Amino acid sequence: MKRSLRFYLQLAFTVVVCAFLVVPVVLSIMAGVTENFFVGIKSGLTFRWVVEVWTLYNKTIFLSIGIALATLAVTLLIGIPAAYVLARRQNRYTRWIEELIVLPVAVPGLATALALILLYGQFSGFRISWTFILVGHVLFTLPFMVRSVLAVMSAIDLKTLEDAAASLGASFTQRFFHVILPNCRQGILAGALMVVTLSMGEFNITWMLHTPLTMTLPVGLADSYASMRLEIGSAYTIVFFIMIIPLLVAMQWMSEPAKVKPRFLS
Amino acid sequence: MDNNSGNPAKLNTVGIRLNACGKTFPDGTRALEPVQLEINPGETVVLLGPSGCGKTTMLRIIAGLEQPDAGGQVFFGEQDVTPLPIEQRHVGMVFQSYALFPNMSVAENIAYGLKVRGMAEVEKKQRVVEMLSMMHLESFAERRIDQLSGGQRQRVALARALAVRPRVLLLDEPLTALDAKLRESLRAEIDRLLRSLKITAVYVTHDQSEAMALGDRIAVMEKGRIAQIGSPREIYYRPATRFVADFIGSMNRVQGMVDGESLQLPSGLLRVGPRVSNEVLFRPEDVRIVSNGEAQLQAKIVSAFFLGDHTRLILDVGNEQTITAETVDRREFKPGDIVPIAVDSEAILFLE
Repeated sequence: MKRSLRFYLQLAFTVVVCAFLVVPVVLSIMAGVTENFFVGIKSGLTFRWVVEVWTLYNKTIFLSIGIALATLAVTLLIGIPAAYVLARRQNRYTRWIEELIVLPVAVPGLATALALILLYGQFSGFRISWTFILVGHVLFTLPFMVRSVLAVMSAIDLKTLEDAAASLGASFTQRFFHVILPNCRQGILAGALMVVTLSMGEFNITWMLHTPLTMTLPVGLADSYASMRLEIGSAYTIVFFIMIIPLLVAMQWMSEPAKVKPRFLS
Repeated sequence: MDNNSGNPAKLNTVGIRLNACGKTFPDGTRALEPVQLEINPGETVVLLGPSGCGKTTMLRIIAGLEQPDAGGQVFFGEQDVTPLPIEQRHVGMVFQSYALFPNMSVAENIAYGLKVRGMAEVEKKQRVVEMLSMMHLESFAERRIDQLSGGQRQRVALARALAVRPRVLLLDEPLTALDAKLRESLRAEIDRLLRSLKITAVYVTHDQSEAMALGDRIAVMEKGRIAQIGSPREIYYRPATRFVADFIGSMNRVQGMVDGESLQLPSGLLRVGPRVSNEVLFRPEDVRIVSNGEAQLQAKIVSAFFLGDHTRLILDVGNEQTITAETVDRREFKPGDIVPIAVDSEAILFLE
């Protein structure tokens, strides 16, 4: 099939843009598995650097996973009830709260972190523990959880569903777990993936809040680029990719419009 | 709980009494004036009125979804249920939007009220099967809600509401979301259910034909008040107010000069009987087309609409007054023709 010149121009443009985005990533990954980056590929390929990163920085990886899961737990516990109240009580005040909740996303992370240090700095036990970083992460990710759950709650007629469950004799707790939660599953899942991904990758706030003993993965990455061989920093990037890409793919997959799965064909 | 026998027709149904139940919303709007209403056990009362007349608010107060203003009381039989929330009132409720749980199958929806009551598995299954067959839904048990049509959904909602054997059944415009044909067949089904179960039911609608077909009594509501309550016949033939007369069916209104027992109009003398007033009302179907000898008025046809089963005529009776007449006469009526008409004096109403 003969294609027009226009097609080839568009194709070329797309390829150039993709290359612009992808080449640095590929280069970085290559650097992580090259014996000596300055000599180049001909120096040979190795997993030595990845292993070294693991021995030097595995603590940061586990801490990041731990903080991400803790952040998820806290945002679920606060975010779902908050979204529920915002969805059920639509008035001037709840709309204000809805807007206020998004502020930590708009304010630079450094400013948020500085405010936290000013406020809690003197509680040294808290200041040096990982829970201090947890607070920063919760502030930053909570709006994403609330928004995601709220969007689903506003799309279904939650009030009437609840009235119906109540008319059948369900107490508030039963309504919450049998009707509200299951019908907001999509929003909760999407919000949860978002929160975990953001927490894993968060740098600004964490960099300000961390101590040498509470280094997370992205902070460790910055540290390795600053103080180690380039190959180690690059190998660290590979580790980061391996952890974050499945989350991103899952998120993309989640955000696709739900396909109607034909069950119970009769 | 009432676990009596396996017969779905056996319900511990109770009467409902509202005592001075008013409702004022926080913003000051008065949705319902303090109202008195007594519904007998097994009776179906339809709350009928235009939107914003307070009918849904009254239903929600009966259900326990709204609290009446201080002083209002709701009784189920002898029990004062005013302080009880809906989940403790043991009612069945059907909503305009169906309100089925999308996360559950048809069978799970029907079983939900039994599940929260902690009914044993075997008994629960049996009850669900019973309800499915009562609503002709046997083949849909495992379907998801989004695989059902509107009519099927509302039948599931009815089955779900009745599965717990409620003391009263509350229906909030259950047919409004359905198309005309489906509405009629489901209306017949609801009628069959209400008659066979003999359950006390409160049915909210703005559709007068639904109200006439289903109600043992109809409460016509206007601006937060019950304008009139009575059997469909009473409401139709003896409306208490102009609002009721106009809301149910259509009504002709004619003014003229009183002349003995008649009303004088440019087109003739309308006999109204011993009680006279310079304004009278009558229904379009009570206008008879008669022979010239019997004629009371000689009316001029303004327009004629042939509707198949009957013809609707707009007639000029003089003094720039038109009336509507409905006739099954097969004649072809033409605008401009003069027709002799009469109205029986029993069909004539006087309203202030």
